[in-house]
Amino acid sequence: MKTVDARGLSCPEPVLLVRQAIAEGEFPFVVLVDDATPNENIRRFATNNGHKFEVVEEAGEYKFTFTK
Amino acid sequence: MKKKNLIAVIVTGVLLGFAGVFLMIKGNPGNMGFCIACFLRDIAGALKLHTAPVVQYVRPEVIGIIFGSFLISLITREFRARGGSSPLTRFFLGFMVMIGALVFLGCPLRMVLRMAAGDLNAWIGLIGFMIGVFVGTLFLRNGFSLGRTYMKNPLEGAIVPVLQIPLFIMLLVASPLLAFSEKGPGSMHADIWLALILSLAVGVIGQRSRICMAGGFRDVFMIKEFHLFWGNIAILVVALVYNLINSSFKLSLLHQPVSHSQWLWNILGLFVVGLGSVLLGGCPMRQLILSGTGNTDSAITVIGLVAGAAFAHNFGLASGGDVYEEGTSIITGGGASPAGRIAAIVCIVVMLIIGFAYSKKPKKA
Repeated sequence: MKTVDARGLSCPEPVLLVRQAIAEGEFPFVVLVDDATPNENIRRFATNNGHKFEVVEEAGEYKFTFTK
Repeated sequence: MKKKNLIAVIVTGVLLGFAGVFLMIKGNPGNMGFCIACFLRDIAGALKLHTAPVVQYVRPEVIGIIFGSFLISLITREFRARGGSSPLTRFFLGFMVMIGALVFLGCPLRMVLRMAAGDLNAWIGLIGFMIGVFVGTLFLRNGFSLGRTYMKNPLEGAIVPVLQIPLFIMLLVASPLLAFSEKGPGSMHADIWLALILSLAVGVIGQRSRICMAGGFRDVFMIKEFHLFWGNIAILVVALVYNLINSSFKLSLLHQPVSHSQWLWNILGLFVVGLGSVLLGGCPMRQLILSGTGNTDSAITVIGLVAGAAFAHNFGLASGGDVYEEGTSIITGGGASPAGRIAAIVCIVVMLIIGFAYSKKPKKA
């Protein structure tokens, strides 16, 4: 499964990477972030644009799985 | 969660709009109840990094924002020492953002407070800020990135927040080690504790809401998202209403406090601030808040802002407020200095070079 590693990147780069991955259309894919701000920004972007995702938090890292 | 976050952004904006006018009424300079660039410049002066006698004072507002963000991030366990994302480039971006802000005479927060007081020069400057943010989004679309941050020793992230404690004590006891302006904007200030308490609240809630003056416009331009933008609107509306109630609203280009009416340099100054803030990932206020959460890249940026302020005043780059012939509207002095004009152009060129140098077009699918 394709993984977008957005850990350590500052906003809005993680959201832009998610948007790019969605545009590429290769579902499902995983996005990794390690900060609360990109976690919130990705959730908001995906929810506002009707994209399906699940997110798991573990030790300060967030693993998003986007599905079609 | 979505609604709660939006409310937090709006509440932060309301608080900033209120505090921006309230602290002015309580003694801060005109339309400068809150200004991150001006206040960092005053701190640089108080620490004798520059010797402009009229702008030297340790502003408790800066201390409060950093420390409020530090406290809340410790409580919520969001404090994480991290850094290493092109720190030297960030230092110089911060340095140049400050030069742009001092050519205009204010950071994006003061721009909005000036707009809310009827200062049309700030409305003209807004054009430059928006174009700067827009150009920044073009670089982001082309893959601009200053690189990843990495985890650091917690002490590294705590240095700047903890340093606020001795700085505040030195202010409180009026330490002779510090310089204090006896006239000019630096001599005008609200009560220390009042300013501290309000800015602690801004730091706490600003950390929770992630408010950012540049981020508001950036997200509208890039992803058509208005979340952060509502914070900007809240500041403008609340400060505007408060100014109208307080009779401190005056719609004009002339006779505005700590302001000049050279439209080109207001636009270009804020262009530098807008572009630099997007390349840095946040406006000067956001950099203060992030430095409180252990982000050492933002701490380096804040140090760059302070160094830029010192440099600007030591080398005559900062603009002066318009000076008028007594009793008339004839301008006899003030405005952007010749060196400041050259510096603004140089900053634009250097920022564009940085923008291209760190851009990497994303791979097409």
